[in-house]
Amino acid sequence: MLVIKNLHANIEGKEILKGIDLEIKAGEVHAIMGPNGSGKSTLANVLAGNEGYEITGGEIIFEGKNLLELDPEDRAREGVFLAFQYPVEIPGVSNATFLKTAINEVRKYHNQPELTPKEFLDLMKEKSKILGMEEALISRSVNVGFSGGEKKRNEIFQLLMLNPKFALLDETDSGLDIDALKIVSNGVNIFKAKDKAVLVVTHYQRLLNYIQPDFVHVLYKGKIIKSGGKELALELEDKGYDWIKPELVESEIV
Amino acid sequence: MNEIKENLENQEELSEDMKVLDELTSTEYKWGFVTEIESETAPKGLNEDVIRLISSKKNEPEWMTEWRLKAFRYWQKMEEPHWPNVNYPPIDYQDISYYSAPKQKPQLNSLDEVDPELLKTFEKLGIPLNEQKLLTGVAVDAVFDSVSVTTTFKETLKEKGIIFCSISEAIQEHPDLVKKYLGSVVPYTDNYFAALNSAVFSDGSFVFIPKGVRCPMELSTYFRINAQETGQFERTLIIAEESSYVSYLEGCTAPIRDNNQLHAAVVELVALDDAEIKYSTVQNWYPGDKEGKGGIYNFVTKRGACRGKNSKISWTQVETGSAITWKYPSCILQGDNSIGEFYSVAVTNNLQQADTGTKMIHLGKNTRSTIISKGISAGRSNNSYRGLVKIGKNAEGARNFTQCDSMLMSDQCGAHTFPYIEVENESAKVEHEATTSKVGADQLFYLNQRGIATEDAVNMIVNGFCKEVFNELPMEFAVEAQKLLAISLEGSVG
Repeated sequence: MLVIKNLHANIEGKEILKGIDLEIKAGEVHAIMGPNGSGKSTLANVLAGNEGYEITGGEIIFEGKNLLELDPEDRAREGVFLAFQYPVEIPGVSNATFLKTAINEVRKYHNQPELTPKEFLDLMKEKSKILGMEEALISRSVNVGFSGGEKKRNEIFQLLMLNPKFALLDETDSGLDIDALKIVSNGVNIFKAKDKAVLVVTHYQRLLNYIQPDFVHVLYKGKIIKSGGKELALELEDKGYDWIKPELVESEIV
Repeated sequence: MNEIKENLENQEELSEDMKVLDELTSTEYKWGFVTEIESETAPKGLNEDVIRLISSKKNEPEWMTEWRLKAFRYWQKMEEPHWPNVNYPPIDYQDISYYSAPKQKPQLNSLDEVDPELLKTFEKLGIPLNEQKLLTGVAVDAVFDSVSVTTTFKETLKEKGIIFCSISEAIQEHPDLVKKYLGSVVPYTDNYFAALNSAVFSDGSFVFIPKGVRCPMELSTYFRINAQETGQFERTLIIAEESSYVSYLEGCTAPIRDNNQLHAAVVELVALDDAEIKYSTVQNWYPGDKEGKGGIYNFVTKRGACRGKNSKISWTQVETGSAITWKYPSCILQGDNSIGEFYSVAVTNNLQQADTGTKMIHLGKNTRSTIISKGISAGRSNNSYRGLVKIGKNAEGARNFTQCDSMLMSDQCGAHTFPYIEVENESAKVEHEATTSKVGADQLFYLNQRGIATEDAVNMIVNGFCKEVFNELPMEFAVEAQKLLAISLEGSVG
């Protein structure tokens, strides 16, 4: 589904991603872990097309298409969804209006008719129930006055509403208490399917107890320095990151 | 007096991805057509003869001519004020023609008799002038340059005792009402432009809602400036007797001209006991081109008097046009428990300037006012909110809530807030809130990431920002306002 080859990216002239290679197949769940400042969020933003980042080399192929040639809205319409680490507030625009516009834009792109108001409402009812979203939250302005947890929940609600092919979760677990974490993870697990893929970017192993990854990658200083199965996440939880940092590993050998 | 000034200019640079929007700014003014109609125009210049000419063209009674002359003599002694936060070259009042009328006699019985060119113009403007559109429930008094051409639905309204006609007709047919109320809210001594208007006003609308009557439809006037170098000086007077209600809509457009045209209107509203007047404006006068050439100077005095107890006046305005907008629709809250409201969206783009806001003068007990002002600045424009909240000595328990929000869409525009608060009664409560925001790259990216293209994303953000004001507009007007906003701001972020 997604192939990333030797990806390099800068922000304000500073190189953050220094050659990322990653392949994600349909049906798989991957997790990217790593200490602060390793480039995890940059990777998520670059995949979604945030123009604040400059791509200096490499390729991103999504479903056979060169993602780097597409605007962020077209990437979204192709099926790339980013659950934001810091969801943005849009005052005066209701969640419902926003989602209806978004869904219909995606449908238009695929030459599908717009959802009827009834279809949309039914869909909203069904998906909001999964995330235990109160109806009031749906009619309220996008993320305005939402608690940190509500914002994250709203991201996953949008994921289920839009039902893309590929979900990128950027630190979705941060700011969530254990109950909210379970609800949000349950939402992601409902999204998971044979023809879908998930990339979870996280700091902590905690989320991976609920969203079980098939592969875990460690990002450090802009490179993937280790990949493994879900047991790698547990090992990291246990031992921290130091044992795999190349410069520390090397110095021990010396 | 308490004066706060906030200057918010030259906000930090916007990120790359906003430049996309800049390219889209190029939408041209869509209402800039000129109608070829033979018109009768007074020679340029202003003196007592011109005023007598205007008055005689309109077959006005002597008292009206005298009133105009008194206003003119007063105006001659006044000096043009220059206190607003706008800049424009000196206006040569002798270089303006003060009267222009389509040559054909406008006193017609049905639309069939109207010059087809004129009807085409109205069609282009999208005015539901056609009687067939009665179902939309809009009665239109269309002012084309200086005379009112036709008034629809007059018969339906007549049955309820409602008078809705041009001010010229009212002067002829209802002189007692005009004499009683004209200049009673905005006297000709009020200000320079009100004095000028009183001397030369060409036409405008007159509305009278009798006691206990709820006007069954929205009343609407569509103003348009067509002839070159004629200022348009309309005069509107709305009277709502005890326990009556009326909702009035005003829309404005003008053709594209290189020269600036002066528009100095006066609107007076009077609400008696338990009456309510809702006055909505969508103003889209030609704003001038991207370099600031041409456009309308919209220097207007609008004021409502809540004379009766429990009366209510609300102003809702969406201002997207004019080279310069300079106006403060105000409420004098004289009756006890009366309510004044002001909901405003003012958009400036390119080199437009706006200094607009309101005055809420609390005189009666337990009077309440609400001010919601949304200023949107784009391009190199300057947008100022200026508002006065005055609580008089006897205004026991008066309350005001003011919210002024500014949105910046470029790094070269300005947003300013000048709130003036004067309180002479200790029991009053006055609240003022102000915010400034930018259409942020992060907001745009968020919407983009959900499949919404940048232009649509900007519209969504801006409409959200203006929602509280749009909610106050009648339905069809709200839709029109949203479209207008989208057109005015297309590609203006950057």
